[in-house]
Amino acid sequence: MSNTRFALLGMLLFAVLFASEQLVTNQYVFFVGYAVLQYVVLATAWNILGGYTGYVNFGTAAFFAIGAYVSVAVNKLYHPPLPVLILVGGTASGLIGLAMGYLTLKLRGVFFSISTLALAIVAQAVITNWAFVGGSSGAYVIRPRFGPYGGPFIAYLFTIMLVMAIAAVVLARSIERSKTGVGLAAIRDDEGAAEAYGVPTLRLKLMATVVSGTLMGMAGAPLPFYVAYLDPPSAFNLSVAVNTIAMPLVGGTATWLGPVIGAVLLSLIQQAAMVTISSAVNLLIVGLVMVGFITLAPNGIMGLLKKRRPAQ
Amino acid sequence: MSEPLLVVRHLSKTFGGFVALNDISFDVAPGERVGLIGPNGSGKSTFVNCISGTLTLTAGSVTLDRRRIEQLTPHERTRMGLARSFQLPRPFGSMTVAENLAVPMLYAGRGGETTAMRLLEQIGLADKSDKLPRELTQIELRKLELARAMAANPRLLIADEAMAGLSHTEVDELLALLLRLSEQGVAIIMIEHIMRAVMAFSQRIACFVAGQKVADGDPQEVIRHPEVLKAYLGE
Repeated sequence: MSNTRFALLGMLLFAVLFASEQLVTNQYVFFVGYAVLQYVVLATAWNILGGYTGYVNFGTAAFFAIGAYVSVAVNKLYHPPLPVLILVGGTASGLIGLAMGYLTLKLRGVFFSISTLALAIVAQAVITNWAFVGGSSGAYVIRPRFGPYGGPFIAYLFTIMLVMAIAAVVLARSIERSKTGVGLAAIRDDEGAAEAYGVPTLRLKLMATVVSGTLMGMAGAPLPFYVAYLDPPSAFNLSVAVNTIAMPLVGGTATWLGPVIGAVLLSLIQQAAMVTISSAVNLLIVGLVMVGFITLAPNGIMGLLKKRRPAQ
Repeated sequence: MSEPLLVVRHLSKTFGGFVALNDISFDVAPGERVGLIGPNGSGKSTFVNCISGTLTLTAGSVTLDRRRIEQLTPHERTRMGLARSFQLPRPFGSMTVAENLAVPMLYAGRGGETTAMRLLEQIGLADKSDKLPRELTQIELRKLELARAMAANPRLLIADEAMAGLSHTEVDELLALLLRLSEQGVAIIMIEHIMRAVMAFSQRIACFVAGQKVADGDPQEVIRHPEVLKAYLGE
C-alpha cells in the first residue's frame, strides 16, 4: 500500500472514530482512550530511534515531560489554543533531541542509553527547580469544561490525541519504507558498514532523534489538561519510560505495527488492572510481560506472526 | 601511465606511542590491480581504514581523483567512488541479499532493481537474492561482501582479505570474480596473505613491514626483495 493510501485509510479511521465519539456518553471511555493513544504516539516515537535505528532511549520521560512543562509555561503566559501548545512543546523536545543527539550519538549502544537516562535525571532536576511552572509543588491547570467545538473537553483531548496517533503512525510507516528507513535499518544492523557503504549515519541518527523527541514532546503537551495537576514526579514517572520501551518490544520493533499493537495491548491491560486490582500493580504487570516476551518471543508479537523475515 | 586515481603522500598513523604506519606514499592508477602484502600487524588494515576514513590520519594526505579526501567522512568517500569490503563479512543481518545491495545503491550511486539482479548474477548469487545473510555459506558471504562493495559503483575497490579461510577452488572462484571486475575498469587493491592469489592477480605489489613500505613494484621483483624475504622468512 502506498503512503498516500495508508494516510487516507488513517483519515477514514479518524472519521469513523470521531463520528462514534458522539455516541459515547460515559466520559471514562475518553480518559482510557486518551491514555491508550498517548502510548501509541510514545511507543511509535520511541521505535523510530529504538527499533528502526537500534538506539535504545531510556529518556522518554524527559522528552514527554519537557513537552508537558513547556505547555504549562506557554499556557500560563499566553493561553493559546491547545494545538499551538502541542507544536511548541514538540518543538522544544525536538530541539532537546537535536542537542542531545549531537552530544551523545557518537556513543554506541549502552553508553548512549545511559546518557539518555542521565538526560531524564537532569531535566527533572531543572523542572523541579523552575518556580514559574510550580517547581516541586507542581502546577495546576484548569481544564475547561467544554472543548472549542462543544462536547466535553476530555472528548476534545481524545480527538487531538487520536489525530496525533494516526499522524505518528503514518509518519513512522513512511519513514520505514523510505530510503531513510533503509539507511536506519543499515545503521541498526552494522553502523560501521552502513557508513562505509554511503549511509550518512550521523545525519540520519540526528534526524531519528529529532523526529522521535518531537513526537514525544507533542504527546506530552496536552498532559497538563488531562491530569489538571502536574508535578515533576508524575511527569517524569518511571512508568512512562518503562512502558514506552516495553510496548514496542512486546509488539515487535521492526515495523510500524508492532508498537501500535504493544501500546494498545499493554495500556488496556494496565487500565483494566488499575480499575480491578490497583494502580500499583501496573508496573509489575509490564515487567512480567516484558520479561516473558524477551525470553520467549524476542521479536515480539509481530515476530510471532511472521516467524521469518521481520524487516520487509 | 595515466594520472593516478589514488595518491597517498607521507601518510603516518600513530596510536599513542605506537607507530602503526610511518610515512607511506602510495599510488594507484585507474583500473590498476595492486596487491598489498605484509606480515600480520604490518599495518595493512590500518592503511585501509585510513584511506576509507574509518581512522583519521596522524599526518599526510590522501587524494582521490585530484581531490583531497583525508578530511571527508567514510560515506562521502564512498560516494566519490572509493569502496572497501571488510575482512570479516559484515552483512546487514536483518536484510535479504538483494536488500543488502540496495543500501549502497540508494546511498552511493547507481540504482534500480535490474542492476542489483545483474550484479548478483555476475557474482553468482542470483538464486540467493531473497535469502538472509545467516542462511549463506562462508563463500557466499564473501561474495555478498564484494557484491555490496561493487553496488556502490566504485572506481577504486579495496578488497581486504576477501579470500582468507577459503578453499583452493573457492579462492580461484573469487579470483576470477575480481579479475572480471577489474576488466570493467575498476582499480582494485587486493590485501591478501594467499600468495598464489596475489601473484595471479596483481600487476604490481607493495609490501608493508612494521608500518613501513619496504617494496613496491613488479610482483616478481618484490617477492625477491631482500626486505620482503627477511620479513617473511627471517634472516
